Amino acid sequence: MKVLLLIIIGIIGGVIGGMGMGGGTLLIPLLTIFVGVEQHAAQALNLLAFIPMSGVAIAIHIKNKLVDFKQVLPIAIPAVAAGVGSSVLSKLTGARALSRWFGLFLVVLGIYQLITAIIALVGSIRKKRRELLKFPEEVASRHISASLT
Amino acid sequence: MKKIAKSALRIGGGALVGFINGFFGGGGGMLCVPLLEKVLKVPTKNAHATAILVILPISVASAITYIINGYADFSATLVSSLGVTAGGALGAVLLTRLKSATVGVVFAVIMIVAGVKLLF
Repeated sequence: MKVLLLIIIGIIGGVIGGMGMGGGTLLIPLLTIFVGVEQHAAQALNLLAFIPMSGVAIAIHIKNKLVDFKQVLPIAIPAVAAGVGSSVLSKLTGARALSRWFGLFLVVLGIYQLITAIIALVGSIRKKRRELLKFPEEVASRHISASLT
Repeated sequence: MKKIAKSALRIGGGALVGFINGFFGGGGGMLCVPLLEKVLKVPTKNAHATAILVILPISVASAITYIINGYADFSATLVSSLGVTAGGALGAVLLTRLKSATVGVVFAVIMIVAGVKLLF
């Protein structure tokens, strides 16, 4: 049962991650809330699960020439140093406290994500409306042909 | 923007991304993408792709620290990773089919609900 839950939660986290929306931020709370994994252990699991998936994604992105290499080292070097430091700090923080901090982090990110998504949604609706006002026949015929195929 | 200011932003922003990713065992990408896109003016698609390469070494270094501290459950990790990898491929396909803004709203609401549950 636990194995099945781990797979299902992994798939959900992977789908969101594959869509480029931070799968780990969803995988960790799903593991702690639904499987009862301890906070630190869930975080370790997410860090490890990220490695094979990102390897594949990076290979594809490099092939598609999407990686901006000159940005990588200047950001990654201080990031790795801070990351090792904060991993040690995380060990010193109790599971309950860490889980609360994580909850706060999720709420802040969720609100930011919600605002960004709503702005994008409103933008796409406005764009569609503008198109419809300018070229009603063209848009209508495109919709009809789309529904036929 | 001046070169020195950009370098300072890369170093400061990088340190923040690394701190969050190590402390919470993830989530660094959620900060790295806006750092690249909004602050350093990297185009959206490139920002997403580049962020993954920035996060990989942080995740490797942090994972080693977590393993040394005895937090890794390798059998559970292996099982979940299978799901994550399969889901990752599915997500990449779905991205082109679903409206990503709609998914973004759903995902944001789930995050807020989970966050509130963890807080109290």
